[in-house]
Amino acid sequence: MTADVLTAMRSVFGRELLVFWRRSTEVMTALVFFVIVTTLFPLAIGPERHELMLVAPGVLWVAALLATTLSLNHLFASDYQDGSLEQLLMSPHPLSLLVLAKMAAHWVLTGLPLALLSPLLAVQMALPAKAIGTLVVSLLLGTPTLTLIGAVPAALTLGVRGGGVLVSLLVLPLYTPVLIFGAEAVAASAGQGFASVAHLSLLGAFLALALSFAPWASSAALRVSLD
Amino acid sequence: MKFIHKYGAPKRFYQLAGTFIPWFAGITAVLFVSGLYLGLYWAPPDYQQGDAYRIMFVHVPNAWMSMMAYVIMASFAATGYIWNIRLADILARVSAPLGASFTLTALVTGSLWGKPMWGTYWVWDARLTSELILFFLYVGYMALQASIDDARRAAHASAILAIVGVVNIPIIHYSVYWWHTLHQPASLTLTNQPKIYATMLIPLIVMSLAFMFFYLTMLCVRARSEILLRERHTDWVRKLVEGKP
Repeated sequence: MTADVLTAMRSVFGRELLVFWRRSTEVMTALVFFVIVTTLFPLAIGPERHELMLVAPGVLWVAALLATTLSLNHLFASDYQDGSLEQLLMSPHPLSLLVLAKMAAHWVLTGLPLALLSPLLAVQMALPAKAIGTLVVSLLLGTPTLTLIGAVPAALTLGVRGGGVLVSLLVLPLYTPVLIFGAEAVAASAGQGFASVAHLSLLGAFLALALSFAPWASSAALRVSLD
Repeated sequence: MKFIHKYGAPKRFYQLAGTFIPWFAGITAVLFVSGLYLGLYWAPPDYQQGDAYRIMFVHVPNAWMSMMAYVIMASFAATGYIWNIRLADILARVSAPLGASFTLTALVTGSLWGKPMWGTYWVWDARLTSELILFFLYVGYMALQASIDDARRAAHASAILAIVGVVNIPIIHYSVYWWHTLHQPASLTLTNQPKIYATMLIPLIVMSLAFMFFYLTMLCVRARSEILLRERHTDWVRKLVEGKP
């Protein structure tokens, strides 16, 4: 039985990667958005390195958060439209685990590239070199939490009027703790070079909490939406 | 359970709420008058803040109610979702605008209090920020309710959102310890001796009870109109509206 579930999860994961690979522009859009939004800030604030350094942790984290929010729409929406989501619901395996596999694929295609791309933008934003490692680690810990939490509103708003804007309205308040501690961790290591461990631990705690709570909540949400 | 089935039917609740409303409204009025008298005349001025602190008697109860209303709303929503009780769905739905207005009042009175005390209307203090986020959560809940036409799906979808949002309530409560910024730590806890004098504590408690009964009254009033709206095609509502026996 457990082996069956694992096989099912693996095939869902593989299918997601394949589908996203064939529609790679959608994945690229979120990444390009991340780059462009970050580039807009120096244009608006001014090119002074010191000022940029002060706002860099916040700007990078807000841009990553908005990019993830944008990408939430194609977590379930296309599967909902072509009916394959209903097939997923009818599968004999626990829906929450299959949804977890979908979330994992989503993170591999959005959160992971964001984190890997962030050092480049950090240099652009004049973030000190010693803080870049913290930035990558905080994004690696934080973006899976964003995907996990965001899946719940994404599932709730399937087929609802004005779904896209509504998702951001529902999800952004829930993102605030992750944003606070993520940006704070980067700022702490950019400033004194210590004390960021506590913030990173809290990010890890949020991830553990979301990991146990979000798959269950979003599968319940899917059942409500496809009722 | 028998009690729930007897009074859980919207029609019975409509009648029951109708008999309770005058009592709740009366208690609310008495508590408000006595609470305002105690708070504005009887309580002594603060040795540091003078008379300006008296806004506390409106601000603190509203802040408490904003969080309590969210928990109550989420509990009703969860009850409706788990046991499929329509009355609980209705109570959760009508609770949201009330909670949102408590939150807004707490924010406005807080910033009015902040101007003489901190010298500014708004600071990015932990509890102010959490209260603002709580307001956004209420807005999101109401927006989700409003954008789904089917009443049952709207209730269940927003129930899941409310349960997820409840995670935010402990963060609000503990944020003051986590960030420990400008806002004074809570003066009242259940386990410790209160840190404020009885002459200020008594008006505060009376005002809190007043707002609590105000919430109960408005909950009944709003639930009654929501029931009428949802059951408008049934015979008993038609009879009620047309005034025939």
